[in-house]
Parts: sequence; structure tokens; C-alpha cells
Amino acid sequence: MCLAIPGKIQSIDLLYGGAVKIAKVSFGGIIKEASLEMVPTADVGDYVLVHVGVAISKVNEEEAAKVFSYLREAGELDELYDTELNSLIKN
Amino acid sequence: MKYVSEFRSPEIVDAILKEIQQIVKGTWNIMEVCGGQTHSLVKNGLLNMLPPNIQMIHGPGCPVCVTPVSLIDKAVHLAMEKNVILCSFGDMIRVPGSGMSLLEAKSKGGDVRILYSPLEAVKIAKENPDREVVFFAVGFETTAPANALSVVHAHRDGVKNYSILTSHVLVPPAMEAIMSDDDCRVDAFLAAGHVCAIMGISEYYPLVEKYKIPIVVTGFEPVDLLEGILMTVKQLEAGVYKLENQYTRVVEAEGNKNAIATIDKIFEVTNREWRGIGNIPFSGYAVKEIYSAYDANKKFNINIEEAHEDPTCLSGDVMKGKIKPHQCPNFGTKCTPVKPLGAPMVSSEGACAAYYHYNLATVEEI
Repeated sequence: MCLAIPGKIQSIDLLYGGAVKIAKVSFGGIIKEASLEMVPTADVGDYVLVHVGVAISKVNEEEAAKVFSYLREAGELDELYDTELNSLIKN
Repeated sequence: MKYVSEFRSPEIVDAILKEIQQIVKGTWNIMEVCGGQTHSLVKNGLLNMLPPNIQMIHGPGCPVCVTPVSLIDKAVHLAMEKNVILCSFGDMIRVPGSGMSLLEAKSKGGDVRILYSPLEAVKIAKENPDREVVFFAVGFETTAPANALSVVHAHRDGVKNYSILTSHVLVPPAMEAIMSDDDCRVDAFLAAGHVCAIMGISEYYPLVEKYKIPIVVTGFEPVDLLEGILMTVKQLEAGVYKLENQYTRVVEAEGNKNAIATIDKIFEVTNREWRGIGNIPFSGYAVKEIYSAYDANKKFNINIEEAHEDPTCLSGDVMKGKIKPHQCPNFGTKCTPVKPLGAPMVSSEGACAAYYHYNLATVEEI
């Protein structure tokens, strides 16, 4: 039940004179609405972790990229992951 | 999918597994607290990949499983009231009560609706002003902000026909209850990442110090789980005990202050009964008195007979890590997802359901 999924914010609607932000979030192409009331600084293009219709955290891209260090250390960082790592850092 | 597929990478899984195999010397029992982590470990076959001297013990982190039978009976009672729309997460509806489950109540004419979010229930209340809408608000700290937010929305919009039937539970007191049990055989914990995304990590320092055990805040994907296990094993092998955070891309040390403020606005800490485990002091949330108009427990005068459950169900021992699901004599025979004796067989995070669906009972004890 604590399932939460990362998705990319596509657009944001402001309600109640801007006090409430509701986002359209894409989960691998599937769009669902999520409240941004718990992460008010999240913006279009950011990845947020959504749980039961409420974004609970912004995904920290730098921290996420650290996972690739395992491949570097293991000497297994092939072209595929090099590309993926670069795109992760650029995005 | 970004932030998902790379954390399921077979190459990275392989690299971490090799490192675990290289450093592990002792025999260790590691408890993953959250039922979502249990399912990920089982579904991805990780239990069979770990060295045999690392035993994963499955914890009580399934809110559906620990919701008391009496509360399910109350939800069923409300669902059968003519004027009530009973809304719930899908997980709850097959869980057996003393008499029937919410699904059986629905089949007998009760207006039971399965929702993705409690915020949808407030919308239903607005659309049905002549009826009472009750949301069955279960969950750990992860779900508390969303359930609290539904009350904030209802209050803000003057929605009078909305209330929540709450059974919120808290993780740290449950870990304390497990560690204080004389039969406890847990050497280290993987703490539940999404709970910590809300609450932060500081609540776990006292547990680390008191019981001298490593606790590693861990995510849910295969790479997360194996990295959490690796960090835990490194501590165990070095004979040290620390609080560490594997899930840094999501969990900040101080948690989410907006979410904590929303919880504090609506809820207060209370004692809670945990199904299969018993009473644990200060282990849950109840709606604050000032918002009692939104508390279904107070709004409705619910008189139900004393709750009872099948005495042959061993789910309490499963959730405390004393037995594995398939060691229960009823597993897969008297107890199946279609006809469960207890909640862990039907919840999407229940350990019994994980073993049943992914056929782990046929695997030799590892």
C-alpha cells in the first residue's frame, strides 16, 4: 500500500487562486492527476513520486545517478549505460 | 521508464550481488519492514539469488494486514447502511471480517466503491450531497498525508457529508515491539523508504542505539533492495550499527515538512490494536477532536458485535517474522486468496499472498 511511482510533471493547474497546484503527471506515457500540495516547489519537467494521488517527494536526479557507479567499479559500464548515464545527468 | 528501469538493471543487480557474496561471512537475519519490499524481493526472485546465510525475514509493514477485524466489521456495517457510500482502497475489500468482507457487502447491495485516492472520495461527496461518504482510511505514514489532505479539502470546501474511518499505524513503534520480543531473531532492518520520505529518518536513531542494530532506509526496486542489503551486511560484518540511507534519491533526512504539517493538523498519535500482533502503545493516528465532524467513528453510532477471527490463522507469527508463510499448516489448503483465513493472504503487500502468487512455497527453505 505504500506503493509510490515516479512520474514526470507535464502541466500544472492552479486552483483556489494559486493556493493549490494539481499536476498532470506522466508515468511512462500514462497520464494521471496528482496534487502537488506536499511538494509546492515541483515544476513542469520535474520527476515526482506519487502515492494515492498525492506527490510526496521530488526525485533527486544527482542521487539517482549514483547507482551507475556500481557498473563503473565493476568495469561493466558499457556503451548503453554510458548513454543512459549521460541522459540522466543532462535531464 | 526513467527512475524505474535503471533500478531493475540485471547488470547492476549482478554487480551488487557479487559484492554481497564477497563480503558476507556470518549468518544474518535481516527484516524488511515494508510489505511492498517483501513483494519486490519475492516477485523479482531476489530471495533465491542471495547467499544462503542471508535470511530475509518479512515484517509487519502491510497496513491492510494489521487493520483490526473490529474496524473491518465497522466498515462493512456502514457499507450496508442505505445512505452511505463506503469508499476504500482496493486492497481492503477482500479482507475477511468477522462476518463478511467489503466485497461480500458490495455483492449484497452495499454501495462500496474502490478508489485510487482519498481525494476522489471528497469529489464523490460533493456530487452526492444527500448521502454520507465514508473513506476507509488505512495506511502507514506514507498514506497519512493524503488521507489528512482529504479532510483539509472537505473542511475548506464546506463538505459536511464526508468522513474517514481511520486505522492509521506507525512503523517505528512496530519495530520496537518486534525488537522487544524475547524470541526476536532480527539482526538488522531495512526501513521502509516511502514512510521515511514523509517522516524523515531521525525517528530510527533511538532504535539503533537501544538495540544496537543496523537500520538502512531502503527503496523498493531490485537494485535498491540489494544495495540496502549490501549496506546492512557491511555493517554486520564490521560489527558496527548505524542508521544509513540507501534511498537518497527520494528520502531527505528531515522528511517532507509540508506532509508532516498536514498530518499534524488533522491527526494525533494514539494507541492502536494491530491485527495478529495486539495493542502497541502510541502506534497510530486518530482524527483530532477539533476535526471530529470528519471522524466516522464519532459521526456514526456503530454498534457491532464483538469481533472474532479464525483462531487457526497464524498471520501474527508470520508478521512478527517467527514463521515463513508456507510454514503455516493452512497455507494453500484451508487458506487461499479466494478463501482467506487472514489478511496477509489477500493484501497486495501480504507476505502469504506473495509466497502464494509467486509459488515460493515449492522452493526449498533457503
